Amino acid sequence: MATVELDRIVKRYGTVEVIHGVDLEVPSGAFCVFVGPSGCGKSTLLRMIAGLEPISEGELRIDGVRVNEIPAARRGLAMVFQSYALYPHMTVRQNLAFGLENLKTPKDEIARRVAEAARMLRIEELLDRRPKALSGGQRQRVAIGRAVVREPKVFLFDEPLSNLDAELRVQMRIELKALHDRLGNTMIYVTHDQVEAMTMADLIVVLSEGRVEQAGRPLELYHRPANLFVAGFLGSPKMNFLKVRPAEGGVRLGSGDLLAMPDAALGFAELTLGVRPEHLAIGPIDGAGVAGRVRLAEHLGAESYLHVETEAGPLTVRSGGDVPFATGERVRILLPPEACHLFGPDGRAVRSAPGALRTVR
Amino acid sequence: MASAASPGLVDFLTRTRGRGRLHWTDWLAYGYLLLGVVSMFGPVVWVVLCSFKSEAQLMEFPPSALPYGQVTVTVAGHPEPLPLFRVRLPDGSVAEMAQLRRIGIQAQMVDPAAPERVIRVDVAAREPVRALSLATENYTTLFERFHFFRYLWNSVFITVTATLVMLLVNSMAAYALAKYDFRGRDLVFVLTIATLLIPPTVVLVPVFLVVSELGLLNSPWGVIWPGAATPTGVFLLRQYMLTLPDELIDAARMDNASEWKIYWRIVLPLAAPALAVLAIFAVMWRWNDFLLPLIVLSRSEQFTLQLALNSFKGEMHTQWGNLLAMTVLTLLPITLVFGFLQRYITSGIATTGIK
Repeated sequence: MATVELDRIVKRYGTVEVIHGVDLEVPSGAFCVFVGPSGCGKSTLLRMIAGLEPISEGELRIDGVRVNEIPAARRGLAMVFQSYALYPHMTVRQNLAFGLENLKTPKDEIARRVAEAARMLRIEELLDRRPKALSGGQRQRVAIGRAVVREPKVFLFDEPLSNLDAELRVQMRIELKALHDRLGNTMIYVTHDQVEAMTMADLIVVLSEGRVEQAGRPLELYHRPANLFVAGFLGSPKMNFLKVRPAEGGVRLGSGDLLAMPDAALGFAELTLGVRPEHLAIGPIDGAGVAGRVRLAEHLGAESYLHVETEAGPLTVRSGGDVPFATGERVRILLPPEACHLFGPDGRAVRSAPGALRTVR
Repeated sequence: MASAASPGLVDFLTRTRGRGRLHWTDWLAYGYLLLGVVSMFGPVVWVVLCSFKSEAQLMEFPPSALPYGQVTVTVAGHPEPLPLFRVRLPDGSVAEMAQLRRIGIQAQMVDPAAPERVIRVDVAAREPVRALSLATENYTTLFERFHFFRYLWNSVFITVTATLVMLLVNSMAAYALAKYDFRGRDLVFVLTIATLLIPPTVVLVPVFLVVSELGLLNSPWGVIWPGAATPTGVFLLRQYMLTLPDELIDAARMDNASEWKIYWRIVLPLAAPALAVLAIFAVMWRWNDFLLPLIVLSRSEQFTLQLALNSFKGEMHTQWGNLLAMTVLTLLPITLVFGFLQRYITSGIATTGIK
């Protein structure tokens, strides 16, 4: 159990700054997920915490102690790599024991810990095999086992599931979460997959271009995104964005329809309205709402995604599986004002949808 | 390998382009390959055959391919075996007779069946009866009169030690150049490779002076140390180590391994294929090395096999029989190495372009 604090952490390669002063506090026992598009610096940040990458500026504290100058091995962390990085010339048992041997752990203690980790991860029968003879999922377990035997203060995961197939990924996601519940250690997990982030995290940190866009609980980020980037990044299908102009008592859409949002849009020339596909209601053309034509209807069985071209702009609607509209049909879409977000010209949220959050609570 | 596979070795060797009959390209291909086999393998076969010929037969012209020796017979009344000749007698008949002695152009011959009657024959009228025989004394004298095993030991010691030292030194340099990020790394690497441009003979004199100043003349270490670091070895190993994933080294670092331990326990075992290739090259280079031992080692008890071979070739007289026998023995170990490790050698040449 340990807290990890990042205090204005900066990373530079020569004169190029890639991490621009990240402030973050990961509480003890939290499952923290760094998520962001590739190249956003999340892996670099993790490697700086691990000690594999020197910190250019700022302070990194583990349990309140500055560790900037402490080498990777002595920070008391364990890391699971994307490629698993198992030593190919050693058996699974040797792989698990290597770190402990380097710490001069007594032999019987090593054997006990290896056996315990193997039992917990169900890799006991694989102990005498080489990594080459293991499947992807088994290698993944061994890689996690190698971290577990070290009994670290903090676990670091660098996109550990990205090399697995979809089915195995779901299964390993559940297992990792269960492992966290059982061990209770602080874990920091890097991924570009927002589903992994949403399902596993206690604390999501959304990164973009070396900056923290927003950090918080998954549903909080989902329902109250602090800016356009977070709003667009989390959620699938993506949140719909429409350009709107402020008007008396609300905002006016491109189609001319007025959306009642008292006092929200004052003082801006132009705004971006955001609304999630599941909050839109779709109806026949003779009803109320913004008129449009279905460009593509995707019926997935349990639900349907309707991509609609409207006068206000393109909108994606997420609806029930039995929605009767087909491609090419004319429809009307109702935007509920209480589920709409407004973002200012700088991308910051001006108004978070109050109705949306109410449904969570 | 090929014979165990389903098409079979014979199938492989007799594969043709034409179906049923030979296409003209088959003739061309087989002819070309045959030419290659003869021109590359011929001299080696010739040396092996000649090493079993007696000194007299080696001087013979025209030379014969196989080693022959004169047949001798034991004749009653003569303690020594006598050489057998086929003699054309004055009456025109031909008989096989043993020669007692030769005086000028006359030879005294006897019939082995009737040893009492001695016949004088003109030397031109007889020719020796010959049969295949191996002059193994070429080899046995090597062991009896020359210190063959001493030379062999010197060669083996220098080859093995130099190879081990070279692998260690080169792999450490290669690891640093491949995996550490330090100022001037590329410059160091380019300088290392640039030394390939300098022919070894050019630096021979400076090397000799250094070896001499270090007091290593007439010591096997005087041959071992100058070859410890080779640009080719560093290059070959570095290129291979570049392919090892950085994550493995990071993982070892997280696993509390010291830098030395990462090199010794992770990088070296994983670089084994490249090390094997380099080891084979190193063995071949050291074993066949002549120039450096020649200038460093001047006392005959320190000689390597290659130097000992050279010493057979005297200013006035060369003992060709011994020289050839020793050549064959010197070739044997390297041939065995090649035979067993052929796969690594071809892959090594394919990946580096060095041989």
